[in-house]
Amino acid sequence: MKHIVSVLILLISLLITNQSQASSVETYVFTDPSYELRFHELNKILRCPKCQNQNLADSNSLISQDLRREVKRLLEEGRSDDQITEFMVMRYGSFVLYKPKLDKITYLLWYGPIGFGIFGLIMLVLVVIRQKHKRQQPTNETSSNSKLLNDKEQADIDKLLNK
Amino acid sequence: MKRALLFLPLIFFIVLGVFLYKGLFLNPQSMPSALEGKPVPDFKLLTVLNPDRVVTKTDLKGQVYLLNVWGTWCVGCKVEHPTLINIAKTGLPIYGINFKDELSDAQQWIKDNHNPYQFTVFDPDGRLALDLGVYGAPETFVVDHNGVIQLRYAGVLDIMTWNTTILPLVKSLQQKAQTDKSS
Repeated sequence: MKHIVSVLILLISLLITNQSQASSVETYVFTDPSYELRFHELNKILRCPKCQNQNLADSNSLISQDLRREVKRLLEEGRSDDQITEFMVMRYGSFVLYKPKLDKITYLLWYGPIGFGIFGLIMLVLVVIRQKHKRQQPTNETSSNSKLLNDKEQADIDKLLNK
Repeated sequence: MKRALLFLPLIFFIVLGVFLYKGLFLNPQSMPSALEGKPVPDFKLLTVLNPDRVVTKTDLKGQVYLLNVWGTWCVGCKVEHPTLINIAKTGLPIYGINFKDELSDAQQWIKDNHNPYQFTVFDPDGRLALDLGVYGAPETFVVDHNGVIQLRYAGVLDIMTWNTTILPLVKSLQQKAQTDKSS
């Protein structure tokens, strides 16, 4: 009996929390179930222009509500995902896209990291080659004239060491 | 030569530092408007003071004017209002867009405060505002005599900003409109 009561309480509390979550974001009824999937995908990649680090799905600001409504309307009109993102970019600039498009302004953004990586690799290779060169040169010298000191120098050192 | 190369990281660091330092003082809320250089979007809406009157884009055309987005729920709009009244006194036409509001609230606001607007478009769903790329209120657009948006200013317009940045633009646009008319 005790178990049943606690399970009931748990279920009721779950229901309550679910409801309160559902009421924070409006629910739309779609004519096609595929629209709903795309609706949620689009809300994830579109950014709220007002609250800058949230996407449309996360944000509950006035503007996000409007934009979600607009996404829904465009979906029901049968527009493609690209057309919908284009619609948003036309009005709010490329800022609304979390993943920036590849164009003249964003070349550096997209290819910069790869460029830096390649630059780093080239530098690394250069440094390694140089180091190898340096290490090889002295060994070559010692092998060619195995005596590092000439006779006079050896005598001087012996003298200093009081031999 | 080799010595000079050793300074490269320092120079790189200084350049980066300058950019980051400047970045500290940028306003992250100010974003380039996607609509600058584009015509005012089409609309067909009612006005606040005369809810039977339908206005469209053609009602605006012909001269340099300001479009001001406001709402009674917006505190900044109340702060901005005296500036708009002063601007309206200079003879520059200002059209309002009442954004996501109740009609009766908006009417009361205009009655209580002075009305700087030629007319105010009633946009309860924010459709026109959305087409304008508005994401809050107040926002002000400068539109030229061809109906092309020349500047978008997001935030409270104060007399300082008006005098230093917007008024010069308006004057040059009005001059252009004059020369276009005479030619």
